Amino acid sequence: MTLLLLLLLPFSGCVIAACMPAYARNREAWFAAFIALCGLLLTLSLYPEVSSGIVIKHQLAWLPMFDLNLVLRMDGLAWLFSVLIQGICLLVVLYARYYMSPKDPVPRFFAFLLAFMGAMQGVVISGNLIQLVMFWELTSLTSFLLIGYWHHRADARRGARMAFTVTSIGGLCLLAGVLLLGYIAGSYDLDAVLASADIIRAHQAYLPALVLIALGALTKSAQFPFHFWLPHAMAAPTPVSAYLHSATMVKAGIFLLMRLWPVLAGTPEWTWIIGTAGVCTMLIGAYLAIFQHDLKGLLAYSTISHLGLITCLLGIGTPLAMVAAIFHTLNHAIFKASLFMAVGIIDHESGTRDMRKLSGLSRLMPYTATLAIVASAAMAGVPLLNGFLSKEMFFAEALQVGPSSNWWMSAAAVLMGVFGVAYSMRFISVFFGAKATALPKQPHEPPRWMRFPVELLVLCCLIVGVAPQLSIGVPLQTAAASVLGERLPDYNLAIWHGINAPLVMSVLAFALGILLFKVLKYRFNLLQSAHIPVLYRFNGKQAYESSMLILASSAARLERLFSSRRLQPQLLLLVLAGLFASALMLQAMPDFTHAWSVENFNLPFALLWLIGCTCAVCAAWQAKYHRLAALMLVGGTGIVTSLTFLWLSAPDLALTQLMVETVTTVLLLLGLRWLPSRISARKMNLVASSRDKLRRSRDLVIAIIAGSVMFVISYFVLLHPANFTISNFFLDNAVPGGGGTNVVNVLLVDFRNFDTLGEITVLSIVALTVYALLRRFRPAPESIGIPAQQANQVDPASRQTPAEQANSGYLLIPGIYLRLLLPVIGISAAYFFMRGHNLPGGGFIAGLVFAVGMIIQYMLAGTVWIESRLKLNPHRWIAVGIGLACFTGLGSLAFGYPFLTTHTAHLTLPLLSEIHLPSAFIFDLGVFAVVVGTTMLILIALAHQSVRSHRVPGAPVENNATTSREIR
Amino acid sequence: MELTIALSIGVLFGSGIWLILRPRSFQVITGLLLLSYAVNLFIFITGRLSVNKPPLIVQGELIDPSQYADPLPQALVLTAIVIGFATTALYLVVLLGSRGLTGTDHVDGKERDSAE
Repeated sequence: MTLLLLLLLPFSGCVIAACMPAYARNREAWFAAFIALCGLLLTLSLYPEVSSGIVIKHQLAWLPMFDLNLVLRMDGLAWLFSVLIQGICLLVVLYARYYMSPKDPVPRFFAFLLAFMGAMQGVVISGNLIQLVMFWELTSLTSFLLIGYWHHRADARRGARMAFTVTSIGGLCLLAGVLLLGYIAGSYDLDAVLASADIIRAHQAYLPALVLIALGALTKSAQFPFHFWLPHAMAAPTPVSAYLHSATMVKAGIFLLMRLWPVLAGTPEWTWIIGTAGVCTMLIGAYLAIFQHDLKGLLAYSTISHLGLITCLLGIGTPLAMVAAIFHTLNHAIFKASLFMAVGIIDHESGTRDMRKLSGLSRLMPYTATLAIVASAAMAGVPLLNGFLSKEMFFAEALQVGPSSNWWMSAAAVLMGVFGVAYSMRFISVFFGAKATALPKQPHEPPRWMRFPVELLVLCCLIVGVAPQLSIGVPLQTAAASVLGERLPDYNLAIWHGINAPLVMSVLAFALGILLFKVLKYRFNLLQSAHIPVLYRFNGKQAYESSMLILASSAARLERLFSSRRLQPQLLLLVLAGLFASALMLQAMPDFTHAWSVENFNLPFALLWLIGCTCAVCAAWQAKYHRLAALMLVGGTGIVTSLTFLWLSAPDLALTQLMVETVTTVLLLLGLRWLPSRISARKMNLVASSRDKLRRSRDLVIAIIAGSVMFVISYFVLLHPANFTISNFFLDNAVPGGGGTNVVNVLLVDFRNFDTLGEITVLSIVALTVYALLRRFRPAPESIGIPAQQANQVDPASRQTPAEQANSGYLLIPGIYLRLLLPVIGISAAYFFMRGHNLPGGGFIAGLVFAVGMIIQYMLAGTVWIESRLKLNPHRWIAVGIGLACFTGLGSLAFGYPFLTTHTAHLTLPLLSEIHLPSAFIFDLGVFAVVVGTTMLILIALAHQSVRSHRVPGAPVENNATTSREIR
Repeated sequence: MELTIALSIGVLFGSGIWLILRPRSFQVITGLLLLSYAVNLFIFITGRLSVNKPPLIVQGELIDPSQYADPLPQALVLTAIVIGFATTALYLVVLLGSRGLTGTDHVDGKERDSAE
């Protein structure tokens, strides 16, 4: 349970931190610190259990049918990493409180930081490999957000993108590797995987799994050849660098290698892949670090080098090397975090991190200088500091590699030591020498509490360095034991082992390192040199950029080859794909030998469809030049469809289709006005080119084939006897379960009412979208004037407004009739609505009927006249409708039933006698309101376009307003 | 009757396909209307044809499913018709907006070199 809390705490903290106000810097920091402190205390409270060797587990069902569970698992190694993650986070938060400037949006910073901490914590305590990868990806994502925190800066964006690309490619490889591993072991549970180590190493899929997992770990830990992203990630705020690149993000790769060490290590392949990457990285990183001019850049490369050292130790594969690796991970986290923070202080107080400008800082900020010098001494491996101990262990292990004649590993280790001493010298050189003069700010000591985290970490360096066994012995042993199990070697954490080979190597490294630095400084002008000798050619960043460029351009080329931005080719491809799919289906078609015998031919029905089909074909023919005709023809097909529904026992459908037909026609009529006039090609004496003719014939053939395929499929469906479907359930349960005899309506508002709720929501969204789009509507210039039909001077109606036409003009008589019709239509709508549950009708139909009634009034008297008398507010109808539907649904929750459960009540009202009132009735009322609201909103918004005065660039505004006022 | 309705679905579908392959936005919207009739009818006929058997339960009698038309496709089609109206409206507004912005009613927002 504690584990779950440990995981949930940072994520919930992240949400709360994100919601805090932007100016609440102190509150934000205290809150984040509180979360980190709670995490740390929770972790520490687990220490007694963990140190006694118990593995704490907490399991939650995730996908039990796939044998996949969320497992939280805390052992010695996870505990040690958790303490690092929580502890350093606490210090970083404190530090960031002073580091971040008031201009920075702090809620975002602390929210990301907490989310990152949670993700990291998740990686460490995952007891399931898939789950581990999930959190791993989450660390990539959150670190992307953190590195790109100052997103107004191009380098931050680029660095964040680079880090994200590299680590997430690694993450994908890791996922594949983990899937392989789980496949070999037969389970994704970590304990099960660890238990089947021998099977995994002997399996033929071992090598691919190893390579993929190594790719994941090496990219994350910035190992050669993927090391290039880390220096660019230094564009992040310094607290982020201190956290991500000392204790957490880059250590995730190391953690993974440690976690899977018992399973994967111990083979020549492991040593070659991991060891080689480690050695290359530690040498290249250390070498490049010497030549940096940016303090953070130096630390970045030194981080790469130290990570290489740890990887190399893991690659060596002996149990003692494992102990050294864990120990060095801990030490590196401590001294590197303090160094990053110290650099942040220098940057913050002096305004620059450029070592070419900085010098003599020890006199300006003596306290900070002392701390930084001690920490960098730990980095270089000076005795009595923690870095010394683990470096000695590394030297001792390097000596053990291979036969005694094989000394290359020892040489590499010493060389790393030499470079390490040299760049540490380079680092501390900023504190000595003449006082710097040309700095952006006059440096001084930072605020007391900004320095505190550095002090604490440096104190840790000293304590561990002086009394290793006393301070860190037990946790280290627990962590090592959790990985190594019974193979835990005897070792002695002591400062003095007598004069032995490692000590000699250390002394040698110090002597040569100081010499190297002096030579470089005085002979090769290191402090000002612009490029890095020998290795400047190997520019990982360049390779990354160019490969990204190649990727993007080839993707663009592929897109050009296989796709189109034009609609017609896309639709053509879609239709062809559909035809292809149905061609595949045709193989499975049974024979049609009995097909023609069951025909029951009905002449009137056939004649009806003769009309329908003629309308459709003519519409297809006329749609280009005679839009109005085509619209009427399509309407004809619609009417025939509606009659067919009526004929074939679907009265509800027939009514709906009829109403929708009406509304759609009005809608398109309103739209026609804004389309350009089109003069037929024949009148303009244009001759279609052969290319056009070819295209038309091709489309015609495709259309005929598609129609035939559809015919065959439909016919086949009809000849096939009906299968058993769930329809009988609805027929059986409509009355007892839904309390209505109109099964279609009961289906809509009772059995499937959740679908209907979704549908009316979609309707509302579409209506609002239409409304929003029309607010920005700019018609084409030639459509703005009055249409020619309305401007005809011979027609007396053209001089009247629509209201005048209806009240006194030629529309007087229809006007009176149609106004009388409004209450009739209203009553019909109410009637259809009330009887909907038992007879054809219901919310959809009633809503459409009512909308049609309103539309008729609009058409008759014009928008202006109607709206000066009747304010419909379609938005409110929509809101009320959705509200009613949801309210009905929630009502059932209040009575302890699932969402949208319906209930039937019978009420006896005066005059109307007994009426039957299911809760579905209220739901249906919601449907009614939504349908009325959406229909009216869409149509009125469109109709308003004619009344609105459109701003046209260059045209005088008043002129437009007067002309368009008269347009109906 | 089966043959008639199947043929009609084929004709409506074919006309619709022809229209959506045309370059003018109004042709495409007409095509979509015809296609939606065809598809709605197709979904509807998956419940098979039945005359004079509306799915209105006669109370007090034992329910014989063969005496009622299949209500499920009807309910599906009913919502499809209404949604079809909404999408038509959306397409129309996009069409008008594109026409206003680009000055042409070609679906790609620019005239091709040739006449069509």
